[in-house]
Amino acid sequence: MATDSKATSTERQSRSQAANRRDMIGYAFITPWLIGFLCFSLGPVLASLYLSFTKFDLLSPAVWVGTDNYARMFLDDPRFYQALKVTFTYMIFEVPLKLAFALAIAMVLDKAIRGGAFYRALFYIPSLLGGSVAIAVLWRQLFDGNGTVNQILLWAFGYKGQSWISTPETAIYTLVLLAVWQFGSPMIIFLAGLRQVPQDLYEAASMDGAGAFRKFYKITLPMLAPVIFFNMVLQIIEGFKAFTPAYVVSGGTGGPIDATLFYTLYLYQEAFSYFRMGYASAMAWVLLIIIGCFTGISFLTSKYWVYYEDDPR
Amino acid sequence: MKTTLAEPVVSASPGVRRGPSLFRIVGGAIARHGVLIGASFVMLYPLLWMLASSFKPESLIFTDLSIIPPSFDFANYTLGWNALQQSFAVFFKNSLFVAILVVIGNVLSCSITAYAFARLEFRGRRFWFVVMLGTLMLPYHVTLIPQYVLFLNLGWIDTFLPLIVPKFLAADAFFIFLMVQFFRGIPRELDEAAVLDGCSPWRIYWKIMMPLSLPVLTTTAIFSFIWTWNDFLGPLVYLNDASNYTVPLALRSFMDSTGQSAFGQLFAMSVLAILPIFLFFLFFQRLIIEGVAHSGMKR
Repeated sequence: MATDSKATSTERQSRSQAANRRDMIGYAFITPWLIGFLCFSLGPVLASLYLSFTKFDLLSPAVWVGTDNYARMFLDDPRFYQALKVTFTYMIFEVPLKLAFALAIAMVLDKAIRGGAFYRALFYIPSLLGGSVAIAVLWRQLFDGNGTVNQILLWAFGYKGQSWISTPETAIYTLVLLAVWQFGSPMIIFLAGLRQVPQDLYEAASMDGAGAFRKFYKITLPMLAPVIFFNMVLQIIEGFKAFTPAYVVSGGTGGPIDATLFYTLYLYQEAFSYFRMGYASAMAWVLLIIIGCFTGISFLTSKYWVYYEDDPR
Repeated sequence: MKTTLAEPVVSASPGVRRGPSLFRIVGGAIARHGVLIGASFVMLYPLLWMLASSFKPESLIFTDLSIIPPSFDFANYTLGWNALQQSFAVFFKNSLFVAILVVIGNVLSCSITAYAFARLEFRGRRFWFVVMLGTLMLPYHVTLIPQYVLFLNLGWIDTFLPLIVPKFLAADAFFIFLMVQFFRGIPRELDEAAVLDGCSPWRIYWKIMMPLSLPVLTTTAIFSFIWTWNDFLGPLVYLNDASNYTVPLALRSFMDSTGQSAFGQLFAMSVLAILPIFLFFLFFQRLIIEGVAHSGMKR
C-alpha cells in the first residue's frame, strides 16, 4: 500500500479500525462453522490419531500402548487383510463397470432423442434409492436361494442357481451389482460433459471418414477425460465408504465367512461390537492414509492422461 | 457405420459425403429406443416387483415374477405397520423430525458460512476456505469414534442430538461449497448498492442473498432431506432404544426379527420408506438432476 505512508495517523487508525470491524463481522459469520470444524472435524481427527496408539474400551480410560494396534493390524490380523481384499475386489469391479454403463447410456441419451429427459430420470432413480436399507432388504431377497433372480434363471434357462448371497464366492458380486445398478449419477455427470464436446469435431471427423469407433476413441474419450477422471475419483472415495448394503445384506456380520466384510463394516464391528476403540481408530487412520494416497496418485498422474481443453500447457 | 468402415475411400474424399438415409435415421432411433427401453426395464424391474410383491400374499413372493399383483390387498401394509413393538408411525415420526431439523440446520448454517466466504473480507478468509474444502476429503471413519466419545460424555447417546446439532454448525462442508459457488454468481452491484444505503452485512445476507439463492437453498434442502432419510450408520451408532428408531433402523430390525417369514410385510414397509424420496424426486426432478450434473452430488 503506497498510500499508507502518506496517510495521517488518524486516517490509518480509522482504516485499521474499519479492518478490525470487517474481521469481526467475518468471524462472526463463520463462528458456527468454526465451532463445528473444531468439535466435529479437527478435534476428532487428532483424537482418533491419539486413540490409535491406545487401548480404549469406553469404560476405562485410554491406556497408551504405542504402536501395538498397528503391529497387530499388519502382522497378526487376517480379518484386516480380508477386509482390504473385499473392499478392493468390490472396487476393482464396481468402479469400471459402473462408469462404463454410465458412459454407454449417456452416449445413447446424448443423441437428440424423444423422451430423453424421461429416460434420464428413470435411470437416475436407483441412484437416489440405492443406499437405503429398503433396497438392501430387496437385494437380499432377489439373490437368495429361492429368490427372484433364481426364479428368472430357472424360467429362462432352466438353470437352478444357488443362493448368491450365502455362497462366499458370489456374495460380493451381488453387492457389486447393487452398486453398478446405481450408475445414474455418473451418467448425469457424463451427459453434462458430453454436451460440452464441440459438435464440429465430430463433423470434421466424419468428413475425414472416421467411423463411430474412431470418433469415440479419438474425440469423445479424450474430450471427456476430465469428467471421467472426476467421476472415477468420486466413485473410488464412494467405494471406500460403502457400508449400508454390506451391513444389511450380511445381517451385520460381513458373512458368509467374511466374504462381504467391507473395511467400514470391520471397523464398525471393532468399534461398536467389540468396543476396541483404539484398534478401530488405528484402522480409521490407515484408511485415511489409503484414501489420501489414492486421491493423491490420481491427481498427480492426471496430467499425463487427462486433457484439459482450456489448460495452456 | 458399417458403410463408412467398408468404403472409407468414398466417404474420405471431401464433398462426396453422403447424407444418412432415412432408413438409417429411423433404424437408429428404433435401435436407441430399444436399448433404452430394455435397459429401463431391467433397471426398474426390481423396484416394480417389490411394489407388486407388497400386495401379494406371502406364498406368491417366492414364486411369482409378475409386476402386476393379482389384487390390491393391503393386508401386508396393515400387518407390517404394527409388526414391531412400536408402530411404524413412531419410526416415521422420528425420521421426519430428524430430517426436517437437519434441513433447517443445513440451510441456515451453511448459507451463513458460505456468505462469509463468498462476500465478506476478513483476515484469514482464504486459509479457512481451504481448510473447509479439506474437510470435504475427510472420510467419516476418522471422526466417527471421537465424535461418539464426545456425545457419550455429553450424555447425548440415544437422543437425536448427535444427528442434528452438527448440522446447525455447518458440518456438511459440501453444501457450503455449493452455496459459495452460487453466491459468487450473484452480481456484486446488488450488495454494493445495499452497503451504500447503509445495509449491515446481516441484512444483506438475509434480505438480498437468501431470497436470490432459492435454487441452491432448495437443492440443499432436498439433498439434506434425502440423505438424512436414508442415513443408516448415524442412527445405528447413536440410537439404541426401539422407540427412538428411524425408519431404516426399524426396517433392519424387522428383517432380523422375521427373517424369511414376512417378506410381504417387509416389502410393504420398504415401499413406504422410499415413498417420500420418490415423491421428492417427482416434484423436484429438474433441481435434483441439475444439482448432480453441476457438482457430482453423491455421498
